[in-house]
Formats: sequence, structure tokens, C-alpha cells
Amino acid sequence: MLSLKNKRKRNNTVIPGFGLSMGITITMLSLIVLIPLCSVLLTLSDTTFAGFWQNITDEQTMATYKVSFSCALIAAVINVSFGILLAWILTRYQFPLKSLLDGLIELPFALPTAVAGIALTTLYSDKGWIGALFDKIDVKISYTTIGITIAMVFIGIPFVVRSIQPVLEKLDPQFEEAATVLGASRFRIFCKVILPEILPAALTGFGLAFARAIGEYGSVVFIAGNIPYKTQITPLIIMSKLEQFNYAAATSIALVMILFAFVILFGINVLQAAINKVARGS
Amino acid sequence: MKSKIVQIVLIGLGIAFLVVMLILPLITVLVYALRQGWETFGAAITDDYAVKAMELTLFATSITVVINTVFGLFAAWAITKFRFRGKQALTTLIDIPFSISPIIAGLVFILVFGRIGWANPLVEALGAKIVFAVPGIVLATIFVTFPFVSRELIPLMQAQGSDEEEAAALMGANGFRIFRKITFPHIKWSLLYGVILCTARALGEFGAVSVVSGHLRGKTNTLPLHVEILFNEFNLTAAFAVSSILVVFAVIILILRFIVERRVKSKEG
Repeated sequence: MLSLKNKRKRNNTVIPGFGLSMGITITMLSLIVLIPLCSVLLTLSDTTFAGFWQNITDEQTMATYKVSFSCALIAAVINVSFGILLAWILTRYQFPLKSLLDGLIELPFALPTAVAGIALTTLYSDKGWIGALFDKIDVKISYTTIGITIAMVFIGIPFVVRSIQPVLEKLDPQFEEAATVLGASRFRIFCKVILPEILPAALTGFGLAFARAIGEYGSVVFIAGNIPYKTQITPLIIMSKLEQFNYAAATSIALVMILFAFVILFGINVLQAAINKVARGS
Repeated sequence: MKSKIVQIVLIGLGIAFLVVMLILPLITVLVYALRQGWETFGAAITDDYAVKAMELTLFATSITVVINTVFGLFAAWAITKFRFRGKQALTTLIDIPFSISPIIAGLVFILVFGRIGWANPLVEALGAKIVFAVPGIVLATIFVTFPFVSRELIPLMQAQGSDEEEAAALMGANGFRIFRKITFPHIKWSLLYGVILCTARALGEFGAVSVVSGHLRGKTNTLPLHVEILFNEFNLTAAFAVSSILVVFAVIILILRFIVERRVKSKEG
């Protein structure tokens, strides 16, 4: 009875349903997410550290990190650049079919990844519409790291645009006008007035796009061509270790990816807190 | 004049990027799907395996959406209507599936229910089959779409506060009545928005499902997996024909999103 009273006091509300909603939330979270995820650690508990280390630093696996990380990094940089550009023209300018294009930004979220994957592969293969153009100057896109990067750009677009857009919408044009009146050049205004405001949002978008690109499978795996040491991505090596029933190796590499995802998630949360602070302050 | 030129250049660059990155792949799907005429297209999408895959995809998607909607509502209620320690941690935990590779989402269910899984003896004792069967596909789909509904609801319900609900509770309304009469009307468009996102991802999930499916044609093949098989068999026309079904779904989802997003902004913002 006393504990119940304490609980009431701590909850500090008369709204019913705390026990029920909390119970369902925790139960579902545990069953669907936490317990299955902990199985990664459970599975690794009979692997020695040396074995684990060998699994995650195996030569072929190291090559996949290189491919996945470098392509994801380049893709995220491209996405941030075009993301800022797209967010800018969608919030500041008027042009025909604007709202159609605005809605289209979400396409990578709505289109199944496998469909995106085979469409990009075909489009950029040496017989595809764009691939054929590049083939003439002897640049191969499908089945190379360029193709992987393009697929990663595709899936990352909405993350960056949708992070920056709301910030630009809220940004008061008064500061830009003031800067213009004071005689600043457009480029200077962008660097000194606009960029600092959208930087946290751009970094959040960068983090989300980067994390998604590293983990992405369907859109990337078709165009990658999956040549070991050259165009094999990390999710694919987990998949192939699983197909060889090498559970220890698959799980070890998965743990590395999970830890990395957590680091990015943590970074984004810190940034988000900073953005909220700015939003509240202004 | 100078600013006009800058504007045109920027808009041109942006549109060119969208055309190359988004619109051309869409057109590719449609053109390749119809390359050998409507008859071949019709045959590909009415093929037995394609129909079975479609049924499985719709089945897994509907279960996923129902479960995640119920979860999302309860989670948002728990997180926004009460004060408790570890709230931020709980919100972050719910978001985990969002940042994890779909391949890992599939892998964890193999580690639980697969041949080497710790829950495997129990599953076998019950005579059930989870991995390489439909339940595994459903579980993996639920995992990857887990945060979608709650993510839409939590910020909105937090912003709205709980004064009205408290007043209703003081007047003696029970929890379900409070939800139905007060909370639900405020959040219905955001809820629908979350459900649409969840549906989109569930329909198209590929990586996670691919790991747990076992790729049994006609049994554990979803539409995206069927697309993969056809593509790997160099049956491009059929692969793109089946893809075009998914493209139609995607376009419907984009349109619905657009409509609902406007409602969310005008009514609840």
C-alpha cells in the first residue's frame, strides 16, 4: 500500500493506465528488440576474445569495412551538399511542380529497397541509359564502388533534406536582409548567417544517412556486384558467413556494426539535444 | 538580375539531381516492365509464385502494422503521460531498430530461433517453425518497423501536454474513454502518418526478411524476395513487372503521405 502511494506520488498524475501501458511497452520492447539483440552477446559468450578478434579483422572482412565506410562517407557528403541545396530551393523558391518534387524526396523511403537496387543496377550498367553514357568514356558504374556510392546516395537523400527543411523554414529572413543591407556578399551571408543555423540539422542528416548507408542491404547489394576484396559490403559478408553456417563470425561482425550504430545514434541524440536547445532559445 | 540567375542555376541543379537520382530509376522500372509488351507483363504478375509472394507480403504487412500500431499507442501513452526515471533511455531503446542494419535484424532471430538458437528446443518441442518460415518473416518485419508509429506520436503528445486528460480523469472517466474522447482526436492524423510509414517499410522490407526466409518459392517468398530471384535468373522483364506492383504501392503511399502530412501540419502543428 505504501509502495503504491509512493508510486502515485512519483508519477504525479491522475491519468490512469500507467501500469498497463508501461507493461505492454516493456514487454513488447523486450520480446521484439532487446532479448533478440542480447542473443548476439549470448552467442558470442562461448567465443574467445582472440577468436572474436580474428573474425572481425579477417582480411576479407576488413576489405568490406573499407568499401562500406568509404562509400557511405562519400555518399553522405554528397547527400549533405545536395540536401542543403534541395532544402534551400524547396523552402525559398517558387517553381513549377515544386510540391510534386517535394513529395518525391520521400521516394527512397517508400520504394522497396530491392526494387531500388535492381532499377539502379540496370540504369547504371554499361547497357543502361546512364551507364552507357559513362561506358563511352570508359567509366564503369554498376558493379564498382561508384555504383555502391550512388545507391547509398539514393537511400540517404530524404534523411538530409527532411532534417534541414524545417530549420530553414523557421529561419527568420531578417538576418539575411540585415546582412544584405550591410553589404555582405551572398556567399558570405550563406557562410556566416545560414550555415551556422542549419549545421546541427545537416550533421544529424549526415549521421542518419551515413548509418543507413553502412547498414543498407537491398538497394546496395545488386549494384555492388559483390566481388570479394573489391565491392563486397559489410552486410553482405554477414549474410555469406550465415550461409556458410559460420555463426560466430557473422555474429562478431554484426556486433561491430551494432556498436558502430550505437555510436552514431548517441552522436545524433547529442546533436538533437543541441538543436532543441537552440530552438527553445530563439 | 544576378540573383535571378543564381536562383535558376540552383533550381536547375536541384531538379537535375532529383531527375537523375529518383525519377530515372522509377522510369527504368516501368519501361523494363513493359519492354516485352502487356502480355508478358500480365503473365509475370499473375504467375503463381508472384501471387503467392503478394499474399505473403500483404499478410506479413497487415500483422506488422496492427501489432506496431498497438505498441506505438501504448508506448506513446506511457512515455508522454507519466513521469518516470529512465524515460529518455526507454525512448532511445525503442529507436534501436531504426539504426541497425536489416541484415542484423534478421540475424538476431536466427540466433534466437534458428538451429543454434537458445529458444530452438522450445520451438521444436511445440512443433512450430519460426526461422525459414512465415513467423520468422513476420517477426523480422515487426522488428524493422518497430519505432515508426511511436516516433510520430511521442513528440506530438509531448507537445500537447496532458492537462485535458488529467481533467477528464478527475471527472472520473476511465482510461479507454479518455483516450477515445480526448487523446485520439488530437493524434489521429499523426497516427495515420506513422501507420503509412510502417506499411511502406513493411511492404518493401528485403534484408531482414531475406535472412530469415529460407527462400522457399511459393512458401516464404515475399514480393521483394521474388524480385531478387527473378533478377538473379536474368529474367529482367518479370523482375521489373513484379517491381512495378511495388512501385504502384510506393506511389500510393507517397500520395497518402502527402495528404496526411498536410493534415498533420494544419490541424496539429
